[in-house]
Amino acid sequence: MTETVDRAVRIPEGMPQYDDVPRFDVSRIRADFPILERTINGHPLVYLDSANTSQKPRQVLDAVDAHYRAHNANVSRSVHTLGTEATEAYEGARAKVAAFIGATSPDEVVFTKNSTEAINLVAYAFSNATATPGSDPRFVLKPGDEILISEMEHHSNIVPWQLLCERTGATLRWFSVTDVGRLDTTNLDELVNERTKLVSLVHVSNILGTTNATAKITKRIREVGALLMLDASQSVPHMPMDVVDYDVDFIAFTGHKMLAPTGIGVLWGRSELLNAMPPFLGGGSMIETVTLEKTTFALPPARFEAGTPPIAEAIGLGAAIDYLSAIGMEAIQWHEKELTAYALDGLATVPGLQIFGPSVPVGRGGTISFGLEGIHPHDVGQILDELGVEVRVGHHCARPVCRRFGVAAMTRASFYLYTTTDEVDALVRGLEQVRRVFA
Amino acid sequence: MSDALYQELILDHSKRPHGRGLRDPFNGDAHHVNPTCGDEVDVRVMVADGVIVDVSHDGMGCSISRAAASVMFDLVNGRPIDEALTRNDAFGELVKGRGQVEPDEELLEDGIAFAGVARYPARVKCALLPWMAFKDALVRGVAADSQSATMVGGQS
Repeated sequence: MTETVDRAVRIPEGMPQYDDVPRFDVSRIRADFPILERTINGHPLVYLDSANTSQKPRQVLDAVDAHYRAHNANVSRSVHTLGTEATEAYEGARAKVAAFIGATSPDEVVFTKNSTEAINLVAYAFSNATATPGSDPRFVLKPGDEILISEMEHHSNIVPWQLLCERTGATLRWFSVTDVGRLDTTNLDELVNERTKLVSLVHVSNILGTTNATAKITKRIREVGALLMLDASQSVPHMPMDVVDYDVDFIAFTGHKMLAPTGIGVLWGRSELLNAMPPFLGGGSMIETVTLEKTTFALPPARFEAGTPPIAEAIGLGAAIDYLSAIGMEAIQWHEKELTAYALDGLATVPGLQIFGPSVPVGRGGTISFGLEGIHPHDVGQILDELGVEVRVGHHCARPVCRRFGVAAMTRASFYLYTTTDEVDALVRGLEQVRRVFA
Repeated sequence: MSDALYQELILDHSKRPHGRGLRDPFNGDAHHVNPTCGDEVDVRVMVADGVIVDVSHDGMGCSISRAAASVMFDLVNGRPIDEALTRNDAFGELVKGRGQVEPDEELLEDGIAFAGVARYPARVKCALLPWMAFKDALVRGVAADSQSATMVGGQS
């Protein structure tokens, strides 16, 4: 091994070295995203809203286009050539998803329309099992049973559980959030107890950027025999995920935040659990036999995919996974970590700016929410847009977090594999302009 | 471009809002929320003998919604109900007009500054939030006013 870079500090042998970090050429990545060539209000597009939805590379657009142009047919029901090709592509996408998250089998991957539907699917498994005598007791809720979430959830991981608790008489509880935007687990043993049936937690917060460490929580969940679901909408697109390593029971994520089209999401569940769950939506494709009196149901994942699925969207998700895998999720995670460190430093130079969430680039993803003293986020977002800088403003579908920090709304910048430090600079410059307008 | 949106007049109203702070007495009130951004506004009205004798407002909002509440105070405070409603309608027509509506300065006064907002569809709701709360509060105030008028009539 030859020394290529003259480093001021030599890292002792046996420790991770500077050049061990996986990297990729961001400018080459950007060339794959046609939309990044656009201008907004006369300025180059600076897209800092990837936590909302990601942009799509040519490779994904081409895969969807090729499906419609050359292979379009319905899946899982046709003997003809096109039907076979479409089915192979659709099921091929399922296999790619399974490999991407370390699932034991593609049968553990249920396609949904988004994360919200994936979470609702599990909530309705509880609801339907509770209403049906003889159901698997792990899914049956009675008054006194508890579902546990956290104060930093997206509304999609709050409302389905509120509704479920209202229907069944179970109690909804939650972990609090600390002042620095971390999960408060000091009362873990009390919150996760013998009455707890399910813990559904956000893996990476869509508003605070916090990455929740789950090992300690999982250990306690296993002690009491509850189930664990992770809302992985903001983690699977940005870091390596292995569902076996995480020792989780369900995860939900969505394609459109990871370079794929809208309309395709994923529920992954341990096959033994999926097998024990009653159907969610009824209809075509999810049955075994149907008479006018009675229906028996297909095995998972088909049991949970009633009706014609989003075929082209699933194929697009498969192409997105190919794209991400070719770059490497560790490289993407590292790129975002460096960007986050750079952005936290840059934002700290803006007078009157307050970061909501961890202010160090450790245990957090590349999503940074902040407030500018005396200036409403809508006004911040509007001026930034004039400069071509696209950020999200509002409560980010996580209103309890806004309340926790005593604000009605926040401004959020979020990064992805195509984001550059120049774009972070444009944000910081833009914020100076915002301060001038509202000075 | 944002000059069209953030006119001096709007920035002024948003920094020094007129009529801000909830006041007593009132006989109609409303609390409105913009679910997309979480902005909230409270409006109180005191209606007596068909006249809005006081309108007060408070809330958490962006510069556009704060300025809209301030302008609303100027336009409806002390006015007879029908005049206030005419101004409410004219303001709504202006901000929903996608930039095609020529504002009537005599009717809308500083409200004409909101012509620029009409070109930003995402911000129209911000400008309308206090006005929608006002309209709801007014319905309640008018009902309370007419009820007390009947009671007075019954006694005479």
